[in-house]
Amino acid sequence: MSSPLVEVRGLVKYYKATGFLARKAPPVRAVDGVSFTVGKGETLGLVGESGCGKSTVGRTILRLQDATAGSVFFDGSDFLALDPAALRQARRKLQIIFQDPYSSLNPRMNVGNAIAEGIEIHRLAPRAEIPGRVAQLLEEVGLDPGYAARYPHEFSGGQRQRIGIARALAVEPEFIVCDEPVSALDVSVQAQVLNLLADLQARRGISYLFIAHDLAVVRQIAQRVAVMYLGRIVESGRTEEVLARPAHPYTKALLSAVPVPDPETKRLRIILPGDPPSPSNPPSGCAFHPRCPDPDKDERCTTERPVLRQIGGIEVACHHAKVNR
Amino acid sequence: MSPLLEVENLRITFPSSGATSRPVDGVSFSLSKGELLAVVGESGCGKSLTALALLRLVPPPGQILPGSVIRLEGTDVLALGAAELRSIRGRRVGMIFQDPMTSLNPVFTVADQISESVRAHQQVSKRAARARALELLQEVGIPDPVERLDNYPHQLSGGMRQRVMIAIALASEPELLVADEPTTALDVTVQAQILELLDRLRAARGMAVLLITHDLGIVAGRADRVAVMYAGRLVEEATTAALFARPSHPYTKGLLASVPRITGTVTRLTPIAGTVPPPTAWPSGCRFHPRCPDALPRCATDDPPALPVGEQHRMRCWLAEAGQR
Amino acid sequence: MTGSLWRLLSRTIANPSGRIGLLILALLTAFVLVGPWLLPDPNAMPDLMAGARAPGAGHPFGTDQLNRDILSRVVSGGRISLTISALAVALAILLGALVGGVAGLYGGWVDGALMRIVDGALAIPRLFLLLLLVAVWEQMPLGALILVLGATGWFGTSRIVRGEVLRLREAEFVAAARSLGAGPGRIIFRHLLPNVAGPLLVAATLGVGNVILLEAGLSFLGVGVRPPTPSWGGMILDARPLLTTAPWASIFPGLAIVVTVLAVNLIGDALRGALDPRSA
Repeated sequence: MSSPLVEVRGLVKYYKATGFLARKAPPVRAVDGVSFTVGKGETLGLVGESGCGKSTVGRTILRLQDATAGSVFFDGSDFLALDPAALRQARRKLQIIFQDPYSSLNPRMNVGNAIAEGIEIHRLAPRAEIPGRVAQLLEEVGLDPGYAARYPHEFSGGQRQRIGIARALAVEPEFIVCDEPVSALDVSVQAQVLNLLADLQARRGISYLFIAHDLAVVRQIAQRVAVMYLGRIVESGRTEEVLARPAHPYTKALLSAVPVPDPETKRLRIILPGDPPSPSNPPSGCAFHPRCPDPDKDERCTTERPVLRQIGGIEVACHHAKVNR
Repeated sequence: MSPLLEVENLRITFPSSGATSRPVDGVSFSLSKGELLAVVGESGCGKSLTALALLRLVPPPGQILPGSVIRLEGTDVLALGAAELRSIRGRRVGMIFQDPMTSLNPVFTVADQISESVRAHQQVSKRAARARALELLQEVGIPDPVERLDNYPHQLSGGMRQRVMIAIALASEPELLVADEPTTALDVTVQAQILELLDRLRAARGMAVLLITHDLGIVAGRADRVAVMYAGRLVEEATTAALFARPSHPYTKGLLASVPRITGTVTRLTPIAGTVPPPTAWPSGCRFHPRCPDALPRCATDDPPALPVGEQHRMRCWLAEAGQR
Repeated sequence: MTGSLWRLLSRTIANPSGRIGLLILALLTAFVLVGPWLLPDPNAMPDLMAGARAPGAGHPFGTDQLNRDILSRVVSGGRISLTISALAVALAILLGALVGGVAGLYGGWVDGALMRIVDGALAIPRLFLLLLLVAVWEQMPLGALILVLGATGWFGTSRIVRGEVLRLREAEFVAAARSLGAGPGRIIFRHLLPNVAGPLLVAATLGVGNVILLEAGLSFLGVGVRPPTPSWGGMILDARPLLTTAPWASIFPGLAIVVTVLAVNLIGDALRGALDPRSA
């Protein structure tokens, strides 16, 4: 892989505590120094549990929320530093697909207009050609081109998700943030959407940041994976390597908790104690130490924050991680 | 051994001004003492309504149609008067739901809510009920149970709320626990905790569990038997080992092929074509035939009964007959 | 947008109360538009000495104490009352949408300041506010009356709009539009407004009934529409001394008010139902 398509460096997003008496409250450290790259035509899976900051990463990259610090290099410039006019132009290269197929479509806008919106904004086609483009896009995502005149409420969750994908594709993006795009779907429909995303990538060479909580889904679609815990990446590397030989105790636990529809698979079950801690009051040292089952856990884990380091092709943020077998 | 719970030809209707729907349409199953039966299906298949019907909690205007039978150790649940029904609800049959936040009363403490459940079924003093509440919190593995007694639901994490719900359900020493998607709203690591807790409680108390879920993964290695639901009906029923070793109904096979795996080689998923029909428009004949890759001509017109495919293994599919010939 | 408005209308008509309300309102509008050409001049006094005459031939609603034809006065008074309420409500809705939209979109201190003003204004009964204004400005022209009625009628609406905008602002389809490069204008006019239009329409229909009653009340108190211009409230005021001797002089304008308010409220109710997607 040559130079990456998207490079995220030191991304930070703090939410100020709001409210009348909350002046003194510490900020919520939703994203606390995240860096990664996504190559052309590649999928990076960003995995973690609720509240780990993975969705905030996706939205901050696209400037749907303002970053507290950090930069996102795309096409040779820092996307986070673009002025409003340049930003509006650049936006079409970076798109997003959402989790909730219900709130992601405007209930008062028919499907054709929703898909056409990006084409109109960026004047990608003459007015007369827009209906034809919309029909093509509907077909590309596996929907009947005749659906253009219908309204979102007439569609199922899976169909709505396809419409959302068509809307993003309309502006010919190079990079799409997929924010839990299949978590709200039934398994049979989930598989349809995963296959569609894979086909689009093969055909159009699009890169994805695929945000998910389900490691099995990420394994299906992502070549590389980054595991987040409490606003930071704790482990990243090639999906096959990370999942076959996880080095971070959190990744190990997450992996062992994935339900497997096969009673024959006998696996080591690691049950983590407690809940993920609050990002407004993260534990000292390694944020994972209060739940960490690793027998090597020591004093250092509670005082010194581990940084990502290379171990056998994987990057891990753990003082005690070692090359596995 | 006579079964603890018998359900025969359960049918539920929702009358409406337009088309009348029958989201549950002829469901029969039984559950023995101490057994764990999992009912698996996608959204809209009628699995949650089936669970609610066991305690006659079908929300209006839904009605259980005459001819349906629900027997709890020989008692005809559908013939009970209001007072007798209360002696079953929350006493002999406990229930937990997907969203523990809406199931808990936000203005009462944990101790209040568990004690209420204790005192509803046992004549004990407030002090004794509180002591019992503490024991139950310990049993469901809540950390710092003494402090948690005086917490309000909003002070608890999702996993702890679900533990409190389980404690409330256990307060009356039920013979049957109905768990409707108990871990769907939880993170994977917390899901693993709750599932382990349910396993442990079942073993310790000899309590039967009816587990309603959309996730075949949490069924494997946990349930004794599995019933797969589609379009208001049980389409396949077998011991867990048999179901995963020889999934026979095309829908069950389709579901299993749709799930991304965490082990083995990554191959393209094989989704089930189309979408689940709405309960107002179940297809004629076999309800799965429009989506079925193996459909025969007769499937469009003739509704298959439950046919045997092995020992304790039945399915509603004409292929069962073809296989025997 | 036009498609969804059309759907809204057809669903309102599908509701019996919406159908009746729309029919009544259409008839009333037709009457007040066409009536003046067919009926005698409302200010013409056919026979000054005759006094108030009971309903009968020539004067189906009777005449008032100045022997003016009540039917033609009700019709031309309706013209005034309906115009005032339509314009005042339009103004109120516009102001409410603007203030509520700004508060919801910008949030922060802008929202705080605007909503505190609204809270304050809502604490004072609207009739008091209006009486105060018209008392200070005695010879208030019709246009000013409309302005005043509109300017005091947007508080509740602004709250509704603010709430909706706050909710919609976080909706993912708005985020999607932003990531497509949509500017603020497009987001407001194509994504936010169409979704606020429903609640606004309901607020508007209920507002019309309110303003008709207010105008009648003000005219009744002698501070609204100036005689000899007829208005429904003014007519009831004029007819007060005749309540026992010539009840028809107050009954007919009163009936007109009741029927109009009823019709508008029926429509409002039906709209509320038609806008609820669950009723589909």
